[in-house]
Amino acid sequence: MSTTPLLQCSDVRKAFPKPDGGELLVLDGMNLELNPGQIVGLLGRSGSGKSTLLRLIAGLSEPSDGRLSYLGQPIYGPAAGIAMVFQSFALFPWLTVFENVALGLEAQRMPKAEIRKRSLAAIDLIGLDGFESAYPRELSGGMRQRVGFARALVVHPNILLMDEPFSALDVLTAETLRTDFLDLWSEGRMPIKGVILVTHNIEEAVLMCDRILVFGSNPGRILSEIKVALAQPRNRLDPSFRELVERIYVEMTARPKGVASVGRQERFPGLGIGSVMPPVSSNSLAGLVEAVAATPFNGTADLPKIASELHMEIDELFPVAETLQMMRFAELEGGDLKLTEDGLAFAQAELDERKRIFLRHLLTYVPLAAHIRRVLDERASHVARKSRFIDELEDFMNEDAAEQTLRAIIQWGRYAEAFAYQDDNAVFSLENPI
Amino acid sequence: MRRFEPFGFLRDLATRWDIVAFVVVIGLIAFLGEAARGLFIPLAQLDVTPLSLDPVHLPEYAARTTLRMLAALVLSMGFTLTYATWAAKSERAGKLLVPILDILQSVPILGFISITVVFFMSLAPGRVLGAEFASIFAIFTSQAWNMAFSFYQSLRTIPVELSEAADSFRLSPWMRFWQLEVPFGMPALVWNMMMSMSGGWFFVVASESISVGHTSVALPGVGSYIALAIEQKNLAAIGWAIGTMLLVILLYDQLLFRPLVAWVDRFRVEQEPGARVPQSWALTMMRRSKLVQAGKLAFHAAVLWTSRAVPHADAERIDAPRGSRRSLDLLWVLLVAGAIALGVWHISAVVIESTPLAEALQVCGLAFITMFRVFLLIGLASLVWVPIGIWVGLRPQAAQIVQPIAQFMAAFPANLLFPIAVYGIVTWKLNPNIWLSPLMILGTQWYILFNVIAGASTIPTELRYASENFGVKGWLWWRKVALPGVLPFYVTGAITASGGSWNAAIVAEIASWGKTTVEARGLGSYIAEATTAGDFHRIVLGILTMSLFVVIINRLFWRPLYYHAERKYRMT
Repeated sequence: MSTTPLLQCSDVRKAFPKPDGGELLVLDGMNLELNPGQIVGLLGRSGSGKSTLLRLIAGLSEPSDGRLSYLGQPIYGPAAGIAMVFQSFALFPWLTVFENVALGLEAQRMPKAEIRKRSLAAIDLIGLDGFESAYPRELSGGMRQRVGFARALVVHPNILLMDEPFSALDVLTAETLRTDFLDLWSEGRMPIKGVILVTHNIEEAVLMCDRILVFGSNPGRILSEIKVALAQPRNRLDPSFRELVERIYVEMTARPKGVASVGRQERFPGLGIGSVMPPVSSNSLAGLVEAVAATPFNGTADLPKIASELHMEIDELFPVAETLQMMRFAELEGGDLKLTEDGLAFAQAELDERKRIFLRHLLTYVPLAAHIRRVLDERASHVARKSRFIDELEDFMNEDAAEQTLRAIIQWGRYAEAFAYQDDNAVFSLENPI
Repeated sequence: MRRFEPFGFLRDLATRWDIVAFVVVIGLIAFLGEAARGLFIPLAQLDVTPLSLDPVHLPEYAARTTLRMLAALVLSMGFTLTYATWAAKSERAGKLLVPILDILQSVPILGFISITVVFFMSLAPGRVLGAEFASIFAIFTSQAWNMAFSFYQSLRTIPVELSEAADSFRLSPWMRFWQLEVPFGMPALVWNMMMSMSGGWFFVVASESISVGHTSVALPGVGSYIALAIEQKNLAAIGWAIGTMLLVILLYDQLLFRPLVAWVDRFRVEQEPGARVPQSWALTMMRRSKLVQAGKLAFHAAVLWTSRAVPHADAERIDAPRGSRRSLDLLWVLLVAGAIALGVWHISAVVIESTPLAEALQVCGLAFITMFRVFLLIGLASLVWVPIGIWVGLRPQAAQIVQPIAQFMAAFPANLLFPIAVYGIVTWKLNPNIWLSPLMILGTQWYILFNVIAGASTIPTELRYASENFGVKGWLWWRKVALPGVLPFYVTGAITASGGSWNAAIVAEIASWGKTTVEARGLGSYIAEATTAGDFHRIVLGILTMSLFVVIINRLFWRPLYYHAERKYRMT
């Protein structure tokens, strides 16, 4: 194997234009190198730009700035030596397993006999023997993703890109597929030289990767790089494995550097009328507060532990935890979630008292909710159209994010009885019209 | 491994399905060939061998009618694959092509034939072919627009990951079209083809006996047969024609659409487990027949061969510099503006200059009368069919029987039944302003029925149990459970019914029996009269007004209603 990197990204930046002429930065200062024989993991939550980076590497979209090169050559459009496995499998439902696998070779105009030979070999390798003439709809999720793998491997790529390939599968199937993949990889039976794996599952990253790049959001950037020196096959119960998982949790909950000296706000990041709110319901918020308050956590929960206790992946857990932090019901630090005094009080309280506490925190710490309430109070009619607030939000974010943010605020506002909202005519009001 | 079987080769040579397939295929070829022979005879021949009301000729006439239908279907398909693809792929062209399609949809179909028949006759002077073109074009206009719309929508909604997979495996644009875009659009396209078909039958019948001013042609077909029967007041012949048409539509359904629907099922991207897979004996026949399989393999090979033969586009993206892109945009806008100006000038030259204001106002008034009629009829049909549809839809056994019948009735050209109604009106001296009206909705009311049935059968069982459990009964049940449950489906049906009724107005508001003509006041009869008189200014004025009314009603009434129903009442 040569020592030139398979893939290099330097100072890659990706931004989308906004309707008002500005731009929405989704990826900034991205530097990445993939060397032969490596599996590199891109770990982060949705919205951290990891999938965007993968699509840039795949040549499916182009960077706004910076350089991507494959084997020293700049990437323009999909390159012949880079193949991709998709989260939702992306199989053509009208083609059989064999036809799906052969499609990539057909596109390369390979001779018929060669296509047949290579396709059958790939199908054989990935354990799909006997399913050649089946249609995807006849297969289980795990078998479908095997087709996804065979289809990518058959073109003999140097780099295999995997976009959360196991996240649409059940736990058991995902584990089998991961193990099979790692076996083939370590035995060198696959025609690939390097792998980039996008995932939001911390354990999956530690299990499979040689290097993990931890992504942060707003804009998407690399927070840190973690080397995994454990020998394959790895054991999830191994103390050093657990230690790594814990360390990544700490990294992912670390406060962004540079915010620390802004005064009183510093402990609670991400405030302002233009922040995007996650689609978290008041039920989830109350549920997590209760879980942390109860034994065995008694007010302070270790994130990996509570994640496995509640069967939540970081993609589900983090938005809830961060919303609690934003409303100051809890603090996130060092991989722990610790309830504040009001958080504990909320956990103990009855429904009406809970609503009072929630209302106070909502109007104090969520500027958008306070803003809506203020507008309603100031108007003689006490009503305001939703479009008005959407317009305001779109100065800071795109249309979808604005809609999502307002939906979250509406849900919290209804729970707290801070204001009412009528979906039929998209109007906020103070009183609930019944 | 294959087990050795004695005489295995014999079983390989032909299956019993081959025999059925062979008979069907040869029969079809003979049938269509016979019909096609008539195309090239001189026009004058039509006068020499006039149509005959003898039922013996009906199979031949039916074949001619069927062939026209098929030709139009092929044309519509070609139009769809090119026009919709262009509209979807070029942002610039799409901005113009999509609204054009929307307007074309609103133009009354018989309007096309009134205007274009002279042009088509001149294409093949003195031959039947010209008139055939005009007739086929009329059917084409009843099918092509919504097929193109559906394919355009499909192209715009290809799942991102499938599209990315095609890109990342570097399919050439040609391969992408045949391997991804066409298959993905197929299910919606076939469904729209079926919906278009009923419109097609309606107009194939109406367009065979063409009479515009001094140009008057009666092409051999079921439509002309009916026209002749009306002229000769032959009720028995009308009965024969209706029977023939029933049979033809049944065959079309069994031999073309059932197999198509069963076949396109594999192209669906979302596959709900447990959903019933459509079945078709004809498709089973084709799948089991070696003969058909061989044809399929050949087609496959052709697709792959063309994929290889078409030059491979380079994977690199070619981006025009910003400046040139902007100037191209400007050029495009100028071009479109020019075309619009030219169009407006032409229309005003034809219509405005030669039309006194009084006439324009009168046409507007007539349009309001027709509009009133359409809305009233939709309302009446809804009163009848919505409760029945809900009742049927909630009973799976009943729905299984009624649903195909309703769909079949929708496909049946209702204009074949007009003579019977007119006979009644003339015999009992009824007021045509009232009694001709139901004819407008005769064929289109079924859309309301079968959409409501479909809607009622999707009301979740648990929801029904819940309402039962809480004792929701009677009027409350209708108001809170049944009607909201079917509303999105009902609106879809009502939109189709309304569009169809406007179209039908031209043939339904004026009708004759022998020498007697009965007429209802309205825009439809205005256009029909102008057509008979060959008065092009009035034809254009009438059609323009009707298109305008349909577009405005769609934009201001049906479309908002549809989105409201979709948003608020759609389950799942």
